[in-house]
Amino acid sequence: MSTPKNAPKDFGFGEDEALLRDLACKFLDERMPVETLRRLVAEAPEPVYEEGQRAQWDAGLWKEIVELGWTGLAVGEAEGGADVSLVGIAGLVEEVGRHGLPSPLASTLSSTFVLRAAGGDVARQLMARIARGGSASLAITNERGSWEPTDAPLEARAENGELVLTGTAFFVQDAFKADWLLASARLGDEIVLCAVECDASGLRLEADHIHDLTRDQATAHFDAVRIDEAAIVSRSAASSLRAAWPALLVLVSADLCGSSEWQLQATVEYAKQRKQFDREIGFFQAVKHPLVDAMVSIDRARSLLYHAACEIDVGSENAETAARMAKSAASDAGAFISDRSVQLHGGIGFTWECDVHIFFKRSMHNQAWLGDGVHQRKKLADALIGPIA
Amino acid sequence: MSPAVLPPEQQEFQEYARRWLAENAPPPPPERLPISPIEVITTGQRDYLQTWQRKCYDAGLVGADYPTEYGGGGHEGFQRIANQELGRARVPFLVNIVGLNMAAPTILAHGTDEQKRKFIPGCLTGDEIWCQGFSEPGAGSDMANQQTSAVLDGDDWIVNGHKVWTSLGHFARWMILIARTSKHHKYDGLTYFLCPIGGHPGVTVRPLVKITGESGFNEVLFEDVRVPDTHRLDDVGKGWTVAMTTLTYERGAAESAGGGGGDGSSATRRLIDLARNTWRDGSCAADDPVTRDAIVQRAIAAEGIRQNSRRARVAALCDHPMRLPLQQKLTMSEFVQHDARLGVEIAGAHGTLYKLDERAPSKGYWPLAYMNSYGHTIAAGTNEIQRNILGERVLGLPKSK
Repeated sequence: MSTPKNAPKDFGFGEDEALLRDLACKFLDERMPVETLRRLVAEAPEPVYEEGQRAQWDAGLWKEIVELGWTGLAVGEAEGGADVSLVGIAGLVEEVGRHGLPSPLASTLSSTFVLRAAGGDVARQLMARIARGGSASLAITNERGSWEPTDAPLEARAENGELVLTGTAFFVQDAFKADWLLASARLGDEIVLCAVECDASGLRLEADHIHDLTRDQATAHFDAVRIDEAAIVSRSAASSLRAAWPALLVLVSADLCGSSEWQLQATVEYAKQRKQFDREIGFFQAVKHPLVDAMVSIDRARSLLYHAACEIDVGSENAETAARMAKSAASDAGAFISDRSVQLHGGIGFTWECDVHIFFKRSMHNQAWLGDGVHQRKKLADALIGPIA
Repeated sequence: MSPAVLPPEQQEFQEYARRWLAENAPPPPPERLPISPIEVITTGQRDYLQTWQRKCYDAGLVGADYPTEYGGGGHEGFQRIANQELGRARVPFLVNIVGLNMAAPTILAHGTDEQKRKFIPGCLTGDEIWCQGFSEPGAGSDMANQQTSAVLDGDDWIVNGHKVWTSLGHFARWMILIARTSKHHKYDGLTYFLCPIGGHPGVTVRPLVKITGESGFNEVLFEDVRVPDTHRLDDVGKGWTVAMTTLTYERGAAESAGGGGGDGSSATRRLIDLARNTWRDGSCAADDPVTRDAIVQRAIAAEGIRQNSRRARVAALCDHPMRLPLQQKLTMSEFVQHDARLGVEIAGAHGTLYKLDERAPSKGYWPLAYMNSYGHTIAAGTNEIQRNILGERVLGLPKSK
């Protein structure tokens, strides 16, 4: 588990990476302060929870984000992207999480890393499209919510130079914000990865009813969706997904670290203002000490996050272990500060009018996404201890 | 992306240290060594460990960054490397822990040139063992409540009082001591001394027995003990400030003069080995999913500690400069405690066995390490005090006191 020699001591987080992160922070401070987020997604519960509307997002702001080049961060320069290291991207995604930004950024970056792992001309064309501002999402999860890359949700059959996709992909993130889906499908004894336009004939997106107000999620029904066989991205989807998996774990961990830090600071601020027994409640150690414990757990997750991103950047064989450690720590830190943020806000923290629920739900979603701490540790145990006899 | 590799002379030093440690590992000790310096009890252990520290010092692995006029190597950025390599190599610890980690850096920061020349070399070589006199029966977490008094009499101070939890006191030549020189100010009435201990008239060192049944720390009684004014560190009334310097080093928030922490990944390997060799409910403990999860949690904690210290040196990834350094003592001591506790748990029925029972796993390490771990969660300011400090100084919460 030691750091390989070529891994930079500073994780590769230099001036450029800090600049990117600071610009993202400034931009989101201006454009998505928590008051704006609340007005956007949490005006009232009924539309989303009772009437089945999808959570709101600011498509105009997304256009600006595209102009800032965020979609192409992970795309190589040859395809028109910025080719920023994952460490640099993690810094930016932390800010996205800290501001609870509703956007298809995470799903688009995730798709990019899968395309990079797949390689080939089709993947490069798709990445160029992402760099130009296209948004994508992964349709790789079956009804059971399995994280195994071999559990492709769709069936494919070849027909006259075309591929016919049938079946249902579940838990597709921000599907209604995406232009196209990157789907995995079983084709004979292969698993193929292919891009499908969201408005393709035969594809129907059905919105899931979810708690998180800062994203949408869909069940994608494929009823004999036809794509050109030449548009297949990869015929070994499982290995592409496996190779990209550490980066996907890093992206969601970065979002968790960011949202956790927001929850920590918001709760600390409240503990400095709220008075009971003639004192700010932060005076009391029953309030102070759990906040310190939350900080310690967030810091552990953050350190492991940059470690994992750096291992991936340098191509270390330790990347998956480091990424699973980061996700385990980030999920657990998120769960702990989520719990304390509601509890320590007291009665008001239990109400809709207090902003903590927005981040609580985003965090809860991300804790489960790609596997929670227990799942990651189960995988880590197999790697570190060896499989159960 | 900045390269951030070690500068060539540090790279060279790292290779040298690694090679030297590989070639100069000491012979096995004549008797079993305890887990840490604060549990050194016998003169046999002490002599063996003092010889080892002297050897490391002569090799340039101790005091590497200290000025040469005070016995150091006069380098920059070498000690961290030496500490890492000492931690990595499976060699004994350096026995003069108080001298290296607390006395030397405090004297360097606050002492006169004469004091630095007189005291620092013995800290580094290990020839003069140091102990710490901060705790008293009535001054634990409330450290400023010192009752030990020092009254000026000519060129000497007359010290009377009672110090407790004094690790290494029975071997110590010197003590870093805080005493009350004024009753009018709680904090500003304290002064810091470099007090002679071993063989000094009026000083009585008595062993205290820990929950493990081992000794290793002491109480120290002062009856009209004369301490020359030249052994006063910094100004009269500045004792609290000077003590804060010591605590910064003691809690690991700054680089010490020598040492080397335990390597977290080897701790995980020990737990895995234990689990592989222990039965649990009729099968191997290493196959028990709950045990596996617990071990992996420890592996993550160990990697987290390593990566925290890496990130602490990347300013752009630290929102508050003291946020990570001030967590060091808390996270390290609880890491060791949770690790040892898990070892006891995994050992199951065999966790009941004392070190003298030959069936005890790892020669009885786990239960003793677990019980001894409370020394670290309580000493150097209890972890409850650490949480106050972090809450107040980093998060800005109102002071509990």
